[in-house]
Order: sequence, then C-alpha cells, then structure tokens
Amino acid sequence: MNINLTLIGQSITFLFFVWFCWKFVWPPLLGVMKEREQKIADGLADAEHAQKDLELAKRKAAEQLKAAKDQAGEIIDGANKRANQILDEAKQAAQSEGDRLKAAAKAEIDQEVNRAKEQLRSRVADLSVLGAEKILAVNIDAKAHDDLIDKLAAEL
Amino acid sequence: MAGEAQTATGYIQHHLQNMTYGKLPAGYTRADGSVLGESTWTMAHSSQEAADMGFWALHVDTLGWSIGLGLIFCFLFARAAKKASVVRPTGFQSFVELVTEFIDKLVRETFPHRNTMVAPMALTIFVWVFLMNLMDLVPVDWLPMAAAKISGNDHLFFKVVPTTDPNATLGMALAVFALMIFFSIREKGALGFLKELTLHPFHTGKWFFDILLIPVNFLLEAVSLIAKPISLGLRLFGNLYAGEMIFILIAIVFGVGVLGFIGAGLLHMGWAIFHVLVITLQAFVFMVLSTVYMAMAHHRDDEHEHDQ
Repeated sequence: MNINLTLIGQSITFLFFVWFCWKFVWPPLLGVMKEREQKIADGLADAEHAQKDLELAKRKAAEQLKAAKDQAGEIIDGANKRANQILDEAKQAAQSEGDRLKAAAKAEIDQEVNRAKEQLRSRVADLSVLGAEKILAVNIDAKAHDDLIDKLAAEL
Repeated sequence: MAGEAQTATGYIQHHLQNMTYGKLPAGYTRADGSVLGESTWTMAHSSQEAADMGFWALHVDTLGWSIGLGLIFCFLFARAAKKASVVRPTGFQSFVELVTEFIDKLVRETFPHRNTMVAPMALTIFVWVFLMNLMDLVPVDWLPMAAAKISGNDHLFFKVVPTTDPNATLGMALAVFALMIFFSIREKGALGFLKELTLHPFHTGKWFFDILLIPVNFLLEAVSLIAKPISLGLRLFGNLYAGEMIFILIAIVFGVGVLGFIGAGLLHMGWAIFHVLVITLQAFVFMVLSTVYMAMAHHRDDEHEHDQ
C-alpha cells in the first residue's frame, strides 16, 4: 500500500491507452457505425420510395386499364353502331333496289300490256275492218274510215 | 487456504503485498538477515523492505497486469475496429459496437462540448477498469499460487487486481486531473482558469471586495479541485480493496474443516455474484466522473451567462 513510482507509471500507461483508443479504435468503429446507420436510413428511404413508386405504378396501371376498357367499350359501341348502320344501309339499299326492280318490272309489264293493248287494238281494227268488209262484202276504203276505226279501237 | 506454515494474519498480509521492485540503500538489513554492501535495485522480499524502498519503487504486478489487460483491450478493440464490416457485423464486433454506442451516447449526454478525445477516453476507462476489476473474480489464490510455482519462490508477492493498488487508481485519477487542468487552460486560458479559481464562489462585482475574497475563494476552489482526483481514485480503490479483502477472508474459511469449506464455497459464490455488480458499477462510475470532470473543465461561466 505504499505510494511509489507505480503512480506515475500508471498515469503514463493510462494516457497511452487513451491515446491509442482515441487514434486507432474510436474513429474506425464510429465510422463503421455511422456508415451503417446511413446505409439503413438510405435503405429505408429507398424502400419507402419504392413503395410510393409501386403505389403510383399501380394507380397508373389501374388508370390505363380503365382507359383501355373505356376505349374498348367505345370501339365496340362504335362497331355495333356501324354494324347496325351498315345493316340499315344494306336493308335500305335492298329495299330501294327491290322497289326499283319492282317499279321497273311493273313499268315493263305496263309497257307490255300497253303494247299488247295496242296490238290488240290494231288487230281489232283490222278485224273489224275485215269483218265489216265481209259483212258489207265490199271493200271499204280503209282510208276513208280510218277515223271511225281508230275511234272504235280507242274504245276497246 | 491458511496452511500450517502460515497464520491467517500472515496469509492476509501476504495477499495484500505487491511485488515491488526498488532500490535498497547500502547497509540495509534484508528480511533474511543479510546486510547489503552497497545500494541495489532488487525485488522486495518482505513488506518492510517494500516500504523501505520509498517512492522510487515499482509495483511490477500492478503495472504488469494493468498494461497486459490494457493491451488486451487495445488489441481486441483495434482488431474489431479494423475488421469492422458495415453490412455483416460478426459476434465480437457487435459486442464492441454495443459498448461503443453505449459510451458514445452517455458522453454525448454528459459532455456537450466539442472534444473528440473524451469519448475514447471514457471507452478506455470503462473497458480497462472493468477488465482490471474483473481480475478480482478470479479466486484469490489461483494466480498467486501459479506464479509462485512457476517462479519457484513460495513467498512471491503477487497481486493480480491492479485496482486494489492505490497507485493504479490514483495514477489514473492523476492522469484525469492532468487532462482537466490541460483542457481548463486550453479552453479558458491561464488567466481564465485563475479567475475561476479565485473569483468564485464569492463574487461581489466590486473589485476592492473581490481582492479581499481571493484567498477565501482560492482555498475553497483549490480544495474542491484537488478533492476530485483523490475521491475519484480512492473510491475505486476502496471498493475493490474491500471486495478483495472479503474474498481473502472467505478464502481463509475454506481451510476450516468440511463445514467451513461448504460455507466458504457458498459465501464465495454469493460475494462473487454481488461483486460482478460492484466491479461493473465502479468502472462505470469512474468513467462517468471522468467525463463529468472533463465537461467541467470545458465549461465556461461567461458562456453560460450568454445563454441565459
């Protein structure tokens, strides 16, 4: 329990170890710890960022999907409308074509009938002239009675 | 383990004597009766010889163990620091970081000034003092007996706990004190430091009164300043010395029959478990007080007044 030189020796030892720790232990240790802290903070920030990005991407995807659906719906609607339109047009065209054909047929028929009537009329005129000739046994001057015969034919 | 050759008193005294290397004067009668022809540097063979060596003697065991344990601390921590990995800390690195972070936090709280030396100092004190205290948990006879067997000298003095030597604790306290004075003067200037010693705690603001108060102030401040390292060193020493003493007393009981052996075993275990707390706490207290003293050395009164 004597106080002696050990006191000074211990002081010097103490200061040496403190100096050693100050120069060679503390800075690298704290550096590593700080770096890790920074890394973890960065990682967390990145994760949060990624989360946000994901959220954003999801929302965007949903929006795009919705837009695509809308567009598809529009296209389908348009297509349907167009199909109906084409159908209507085709119907109309068919109708009008039919009408036209019918009208043409009718006109032809009318024409035919008229021609037939005309023929008949002229035949009747001929026949009536012939008949009258036979009845009268004379030659009727066809020219002289043309008016009469025409009147007759028109009445038919 | 008081053998037949030893009395209990002799055993205790033997355990409390450091291995001392010093100079004995010419004509000195040594423990074995021989008289020295001329003054010699030698190992003390008795407590009386160690005491007669005076100030110029070294406690080889104290210095050896403290330096050895300090080197272990430096080696382990420096290696952990050098190999420290940011991404994959290994087991020991985690432990080192745990201790470092604990100290760092504590120093940040108690030491608000800028000085990169204080936190490493606190770490050194805590781990080193803890390691030195830890030697107290090694059963009191193991290492001295092993040393005696190895050296072949049955009466070899060998104290393994450096902190039970007041030289070690006061030596560290002295170093802390020196740092305190150094930082005080560096931060406040020699004049500022002197002012702190002479113009506080009594201060009137009138110079003719203040001059009269200087001796009173200086006495008070000097006592409080010097009391710091002494209380710091003696606190650690006292706690560890008392703990060691009780271990030695328990060790004596081991020799007293079967009942003594069992009783001493239980006592030893109980005291060792309790002592785990004591050694950690004392290392912690030494560290915290050193940090607080550093903070005091950096603290400026005028700075404080500006803050308010």
